[in-house]
Order: sequence, then structure tokens, then C-alpha cells
Amino acid sequence: MTLLSLQNMKTQIGQYHVLHDVTFDVPQGGVFVLLGRNGAGKTTTLRSIMGLWQPQPGSVTFKGQDISRLATADIARLGIAYVPENMGIFGGLTVEENLVLATAKGRFDQTRLQRIYTLFPALEQFWTKQAWSLSGGQKQMLAVARAIIEPRDLILIDEPTKGLAPSIVAAMGEAFREIAQETTILLVEQNFNFARSLGRDMAVVDDGRVVHRGSMADFAADTDLQGQLLGLSA
Amino acid sequence: MMNKVSETLGRLGGVNLLPLALAAVAFVLIGAPSSWVTLTVAGLSMGMMVFLMASGLSLVFGLMDVLNFGHSAFISFGAFVAATVLAALSTWLDGGWMLASAALALALLAAIAFGLAAGLFFETVIIRPVYRDHLRQILITMGALIVSEQIILAVWGGTPVSVPRPAFLEGAWIVGDVSMEIYRLFAVGLGAAVFVGLMVLLNRTRIGLLIRAGVENREMVEALGFKINRLFIGVFMLGSALAALGGAMWAGYETLITPALGGEMMIVVFIVVIIGGLGSIEGTLLGAIIVGLTANYIGYLAPKLALASNMILMMAILMWRPSGLRPAVK
Repeated sequence: MTLLSLQNMKTQIGQYHVLHDVTFDVPQGGVFVLLGRNGAGKTTTLRSIMGLWQPQPGSVTFKGQDISRLATADIARLGIAYVPENMGIFGGLTVEENLVLATAKGRFDQTRLQRIYTLFPALEQFWTKQAWSLSGGQKQMLAVARAIIEPRDLILIDEPTKGLAPSIVAAMGEAFREIAQETTILLVEQNFNFARSLGRDMAVVDDGRVVHRGSMADFAADTDLQGQLLGLSA
Repeated sequence: MMNKVSETLGRLGGVNLLPLALAAVAFVLIGAPSSWVTLTVAGLSMGMMVFLMASGLSLVFGLMDVLNFGHSAFISFGAFVAATVLAALSTWLDGGWMLASAALALALLAAIAFGLAAGLFFETVIIRPVYRDHLRQILITMGALIVSEQIILAVWGGTPVSVPRPAFLEGAWIVGDVSMEIYRLFAVGLGAAVFVGLMVLLNRTRIGLLIRAGVENREMVEALGFKINRLFIGVFMLGSALAALGGAMWAGYETLITPALGGEMMIVVFIVVIIGGLGSIEGTLLGAIIVGLTANYIGYLAPKLALASNMILMMAILMWRPSGLRPAVK
């Protein structure tokens, strides 16, 4: 079953046409990976889905509803969480305040909170610390925790491994595997090994267009295609 | 060595110690303790009134990224509305403590109510079409300021308007050879109460949490499902009401006001917001107290430098801390 569908999505930022023709369907459940070189349009795709850049009407549907004209807040309320590339952490707020802000009613569901403590023990340890004082990996954990503190149908995550130590990347991978048991993740990632270990389906964006769609297993097996589309050497 | 000094100062309170350091230096330079106490109270009261005027602007600047040069219109309107209510209730002012307090409360509430309504109008009609466009913001808010001043001229006239005060706020408390104006102490108390109220709002409520988050990253607040535009209206109205309250208090302090009052205060208000750090209420209070104390100490020690003192202060602080003393985390 298709959860999110992008059909010929076009996005213009100022006078620049950044996305020309982005078409792919994200099935419900698991991790869908969006790959592509730097500047291909991956981040713009996620921002357009969230309404942070306005795509052309009619090109984005979520659970069958056209969301391309909705405001960002309304899109979020439909059950889509967003973890931007810069993590979007509120540095002046404590870990607790960052999380409580993402709850629907201003209080925690203790079961979900305990799950977050289990996934990211550092957050419990630094619960009352201001978020600016956390390390890069801990900030990323907080950003992901904020996305799952309430039940969501879809989580958009933009390059979560960027600049992180290998041990943190591994922990993040474990967390994503567990999160994907209950929700759908649309992951933008440049670290192909990380993406390959998580993704079930995938698409490749190049110059604002989707140039390949398919299963991650097939793509991972085709080193020529990887070299052609991502510049990866065998 | 310098790092150790810096760490020790940081533990003791960091930049929050600046007013104390300023007061200590002034104590040595002034020499006479009674004059020093009088000047310090005057500086604190001026600082608190400027804090009322500036706190809203700082939040609006920090949260909405709006350069509102029309902010001084709220200060002027607050002053004239309060003066009008006090004049209308002048018989209450001499009718005992209860009636005089009621008149004062009504005057301040009228200024606040006017500020809320004017803020709603300003945000929805004037500011909203020019979000994210600083040049147009400056032009349109300057235009709105000129129109506002002309409205004040048309309604209240060009001659200075006298502002009656409740009898219980007249005069001074004399302790030994130290004289402290009662109105100034009242201004310090009111400013401190508003500061505490704002801190409770910002740190103990969900709305406050949203405001603090919005100052840092508006886009992310929206991505969490909150309509930032509604927050903008609320913050703008709050900022306008605080400016009007500050204007009302300043009117009682000056006791004779002209339509140029807001414009005259605006330079000081901008200096306070800039040296305090955008979007930070604690920074605004700190900046306001430093500006108030500096203006009074310099006015006494080197009157010829009084006009330039705030500018020199701003330049010195910005050279030291380009983002201000306590900016909101961005």
C-alpha cells in the first residue's frame, strides 16, 4: 500500500527550478531511501513534501490526500515528522523541553518515553542539559527522538549520519531498524553502506529528477549502476 | 591565566555582573554615597522603564525577524492614552489611596489594552505583507510611525500635555541624607514584576516554550505542527502592550509629554535591544539596566558626554560581544 506518492513534483525556489520531475511512491512500512549526489535535489524533495518549499499543486499525496497546498504545520499534524539535515534542535531549550514541545498535549506518554531512553540512553543522562551542549551524535539522537515521541505515519530524515563517528552511525542504524518496525521512514542518505543496510526500496535523484527506482537489494547488487548514478567505484 | 579569570567570572555570574561592576566603579568615582544611591535608583528606574519598552521589540525582532521602527508609536500612544485617563480621573487622584490606585491601574490598563489592539492592527495590516523583506519593513514601519505621530498631533495637539500623578507616588523617601523618588522606586518594582511575569511565561508555559523555540528556529516549530503566524500575532500584541505600558510609565516620570516622546526613546530602546542580544528577555533587562545606570552616572560625572554615553557603550559592547551580552541561542 502506498503511503506517500510524488507525481512529477516540481519545485521552484526564487527564479531557480530545483526539482523538475520527481516521481516515486513510498510504500507503507520499512525504510525507503532517496539517494543522489550532492546538489541533486534530495533535501529539496524532503522540504517540498513538508511544505517548506511550495511544490506545484497536485504532485504530493499522503494517505490519498493532496498535501501540496497545505501549510507545513498542517502537513505535520497529518502524521509526518521531519528531521532536517541540520537537525533543527532548539539549542537554548533543554533535552526535555525539546521533546515536550513535540508532544501533542504537552506531556509524555511514559511508554514511548521509556522506549526513547532505551534507544538513546544519552538523552536520559542529559535530560536537563541545554541542547547546545550536546555532542553532534547526541543532537542527532534528540532530533530523531523528537520525531518519534508521538506516533507518526511517516518520518522524513535528512542525512542523519553526516559528520558522526562510526560507533554512533551504527547505533543510529539499530535505532532506525527498530523505529521502522512501527512506522515508515523516508531517508535521504549519502552514506551508501548505511543506506543499503536499512533500505527496502529506493530511488535515485539527479539534477532534480528521479533517474532510478527499485528495490535496494537489486541496486546494491548492480555496481555498474551505482557507479553511473552515484559515482561509486566497485 | 586569562582563561582562569574568565572561567571564575563565568561561574560568579558572567555578564550579569556588569551592572554591579559599573555601580562599583561609579561609587569610587562619585565619592559621595548619598549621591551614588540616588543616581543608582534613578538609573535602575530608567532601566526598568526602558526594559518595558524594549522587551517586546526584542522578542519581535528575535522571533519574527521584523525590524519594527514603528515600535515607538506604541510607546507614544501608551503615554498619551494613560495621560488622558489620568486627566479624566484627576478627582480620583486626590481622593485617597484607594481611588488614586484605581485611577493609576485604569490608566495603565487602558494603555495596555490600546497597545494590544494597536499591535493586532499593526501586525495584520502593516507587518504581515512584508515578512522576510527588511527594506520594506523599515520603509513601511517608518511610514506607520510618521502617520501615528500625526494622529497623536491631530488628537492631542502639539503643545506638551501634562501628566497628573497619584499623590502617593509624589515626593521622595529620605533615608539619612539619601533621597529616593517614590515614583522611581515604583517603576523599579513594576519593571521587576513584569520581568518575573515574562520569565514565568517564557520558562513555565507551553506558549513560552514555543516562543523560545521560535526565536531559534521558526521553520522547525512549524514542522512540529504549530502555526507560527498565530504565535507571531500573540507576541507582537504582547510586545506592543509592553511598549505602551513603558510609555505610560515614562509619561508619569516625565510629567510633561509631547508627540515626539516615542521617537526620542526609540534610539535608547534600539541600543538596549542590540547590546542585550536579540530575542532575549534577560539580555534586554541587562542591557536596559546598564544603559540606565550609565546614563545617570555619566550625566553626573561628565554631563557633556551624557548624550554620547549610550552610543559609546553600544560600540564598546559590540566590539567585545558582536551578538550582544546575552543573545538567544540561534
